[in-house]
Amino acid sequence: MKTTSIHAIHEQLGAKLIDFGGWHMPVQYGPILDEVNCVRTKAGLFDLGHMGRVHVRGKDALAFVDKIATNYCAKIPVNSIRYSLFCREDGNPIDDVLLYREADSVYIVVNASNTAADLAWMREHAKGFDVVIDDQTDRTAMIAIQGQTSRDILQRAVTGFDLAKLGYYKFDFATVCGLEKTRVSRTGYTGELGYELYLPNAEGPRVWRALTELGAGEGLQPIGLGARDILRLEAGMPLYGHEIDALHNPIEAGLHFGVSFAPEKKDTIGRAALERVNQNPRRKLVGLTTPGPRVPRQGTEVFRGATAVGQVCSGAPSPTLSTNIASAYVSLDAAGAGTELELDFRGKRQACRVQELPFFSRTRK
Amino acid sequence: MRPDDRKYSPTHEWVKLEGDTALIGITDFAVQELSNGNTSDLVYCDLPEAGRMVKAGETFGEIESVKAVSDLNSPVTGEVVDVNHTIEEHLEILAKDPWNSGWMVKLKVSSKNLDGLMDAAAYEKHVAHSKH
Repeated sequence: MKTTSIHAIHEQLGAKLIDFGGWHMPVQYGPILDEVNCVRTKAGLFDLGHMGRVHVRGKDALAFVDKIATNYCAKIPVNSIRYSLFCREDGNPIDDVLLYREADSVYIVVNASNTAADLAWMREHAKGFDVVIDDQTDRTAMIAIQGQTSRDILQRAVTGFDLAKLGYYKFDFATVCGLEKTRVSRTGYTGELGYELYLPNAEGPRVWRALTELGAGEGLQPIGLGARDILRLEAGMPLYGHEIDALHNPIEAGLHFGVSFAPEKKDTIGRAALERVNQNPRRKLVGLTTPGPRVPRQGTEVFRGATAVGQVCSGAPSPTLSTNIASAYVSLDAAGAGTELELDFRGKRQACRVQELPFFSRTRK
Repeated sequence: MRPDDRKYSPTHEWVKLEGDTALIGITDFAVQELSNGNTSDLVYCDLPEAGRMVKAGETFGEIESVKAVSDLNSPVTGEVVDVNHTIEEHLEILAKDPWNSGWMVKLKVSSKNLDGLMDAAAYEKHVAHSKH
């Protein structure tokens, strides 16, 4: 397994470590639900070194990204970030990504579990494009700070740059912990105010420790992947392999904002298939709440009476809502908010109710 | 050292014979794997009703943590005659005392033969290999 530059600190903190996408990562440092509460009420620190970070540059960089990514890259304002997907010809995604638009280049962050597949796919489709695909994953560290006090805490580490001026889904370069020209984005996977930092690998531990100290007064805690998964589900954010994957397209997942149907994008890989789905979707990704006691899990079937109407993609207890939550694909006629359905646990039925995603978000309404 | 008054299954259940009946529970290792020492990570335990017949190797219930749900498998064949419903309301008992007050079901066994199961020493080795 690979380890991030911050790994030794997680071990010192007594984190439970697991294999995640080929990386040895902290799943929790303490009770998972406490970590969720900490991000929602105070702030949390996340090691995201496992995520793939790729810089695409060269004469044809923007045209290349517009070929392989579903959103309209050339139209993204410089210093803005957009959610996008890499889709196959059949319209099904091989990954969901964030594109950071630079003047003549694009910085792309991809899922850890798909990094190798994404790079292979990018290189396969780069033929004929004058472009450099620079995989910076192993050279860089990535840290997220999320929560209502995250700006106050991070500002103490930043000089000559007012974080209040950095809008949502924007990035810029600032001096962080004395490191000049550090990329800082106002992004996150929690539905809270938050920022993500991209650092030379060797600086990861120092910046982690500095933020830990700067945030001690606010109750800043390290947060593992277990809590991260609950936070993003509460915030209605998809996880590849659950809400989207080779069998679940972004249109039915409600991710229209990541797919452009502009005429200029007609040659984007997957465009034609996505257009067909857009005209005739057959299912919808919805939220489900259920008082319990069972927690819905990926694969849990959803029924209306005797009729199977869908399947759960992700499920978890939600400490923020004090109920159990799930995302699920259901047939369109069962997808209305308030619809009463049932979850099936090996023949035992449990009531649930449909609601629109997100369950909770301070960034997305 | 784990109690040697009982036998252990590869899926981390224990079984303790008492005359014609057997108590079944899960080991400290199983609890640790589920909860990593955080009892609030245990969220639910589903146990069967008395009268249910179970075969050795069959699932008799489920235990659920924040992250996952695990099957509870019976190490022996028999009829459920008693169920420890207290732990359903107090999952923390499993973390504090999985060996005694953490018993889950009592079966009237159809056979007292526990040959296929591990003794405490063999289970120690099994756990050592299970850790990563």
